[in-house]
Amino acid sequence: MITEAYIREELKQVKDPEIPTISIVDLGIVTGIKIDNTDVHVTLTPTFAGCPALRLMEDMVVDHLNTNNKLGNISVETSFETTWTTDLITPEGHVAIKKHGLAPPRRNCSNISMEILESTNCPYCDSENTSMKSPFGPTLCRSLHYCNNCKQAFEGFKPV
Amino acid sequence: MNSIDALKELLYKMADDQLIIGHRNSEWTGLGPILEEDIAFSSMAQDKIGQSEHLYNLLNQLGEADADTVAFTRNANQFHSSKLVELPIGDYSFSLIRHFLFDFSEYLRFEALRSSAYEPLAQVSKKFFGEIKYHTMHANTWVNQLGNGNEESHRKMQESLNFAWNYALGIFEPGPAENILVDEYIFIGEESLKNRWLDTIIPLLKKSGLTIPSEDTWKPIYGGRTGVHSENLQPLLEEMTEVYSIDPSADW
Repeated sequence: MITEAYIREELKQVKDPEIPTISIVDLGIVTGIKIDNTDVHVTLTPTFAGCPALRLMEDMVVDHLNTNNKLGNISVETSFETTWTTDLITPEGHVAIKKHGLAPPRRNCSNISMEILESTNCPYCDSENTSMKSPFGPTLCRSLHYCNNCKQAFEGFKPV
Repeated sequence: MNSIDALKELLYKMADDQLIIGHRNSEWTGLGPILEEDIAFSSMAQDKIGQSEHLYNLLNQLGEADADTVAFTRNANQFHSSKLVELPIGDYSFSLIRHFLFDFSEYLRFEALRSSAYEPLAQVSKKFFGEIKYHTMHANTWVNQLGNGNEESHRKMQESLNFAWNYALGIFEPGPAENILVDEYIFIGEESLKNRWLDTIIPLLKKSGLTIPSEDTWKPIYGGRTGVHSENLQPLLEEMTEVYSIDPSADW
């Protein structure tokens, strides 16, 4: 029998195209899995409304599940019903983000302030002695920082 | 006007505002005064154009044409955006002041819409609210820094504020069915939103050393919501749709 846990495990193989160390499950965007016999319906929630990877990730989910011959019809939808925040990223997700050289987002309960951004630890040396250079980075989900300890510029995964 | 028409009117003006300000923001790509600002305006452009698409999708669910058709095939007189957002980017002080005035209005608009009785709108508003928080933080940081900067930066910011003010008041041009939106708990209405906006921005501008024009000179510049635009909008649309118009049936 196909279970939700089984599909969730499968979806751990699908990585964020912009941060390939993290799976979409650990990123917290898989908000619904419905199973009808062997048919699977997956619901994703967007990280950022303007994220260009949104449709790509829908296709990646379909493509990946289609490679599994135990499964029947696969469908994916994107819905705003669950609002994504960085608090939905799993502890494994935090490790994966750091592995990619990005500072993981602080837990924030959607209480975003400059202070939260300022207090980002360096992903290389873990120092707290860092400065936020810009809340906007090369992709919508990143901010720019500088570590005063190891003298290294780094990017953070923006808390939202 | 029934409540569906009132809702569509609200969605159109929000989506059009987002699309047009998004396009204007994107005009700073490659031209920002410093690299971080170049990136900031480009990121905000991406946020806003992405948000507009989701709002057009809500309209599509209510029977309007699909997002691309609506965004790329209308003429200026079919747009419901405020006149503030269509103004050229001007010098950096104007773009920053517009960004400040407009984004605080949006921040408060989506804050209120998070509890809209129209659930699909409430859902996207929760999402947008979290994103726009970054836009207002950015705007406030720079307005503060330059308003309290040197004599030249202060003067430029104050002049841009004076110029932008009546346009900004035009954001809150009352719609044809405010009472329906308010009665059905879809939206708090433009007048309430304007009051929240004034309460929010006046203290922030004061902290930035800037003064809003005296109330007896306030003359909101309306027209945008009913398709009456300045000469600035049509050329913007032509540039924005230049590639699309080459082959509207192309699959991207």
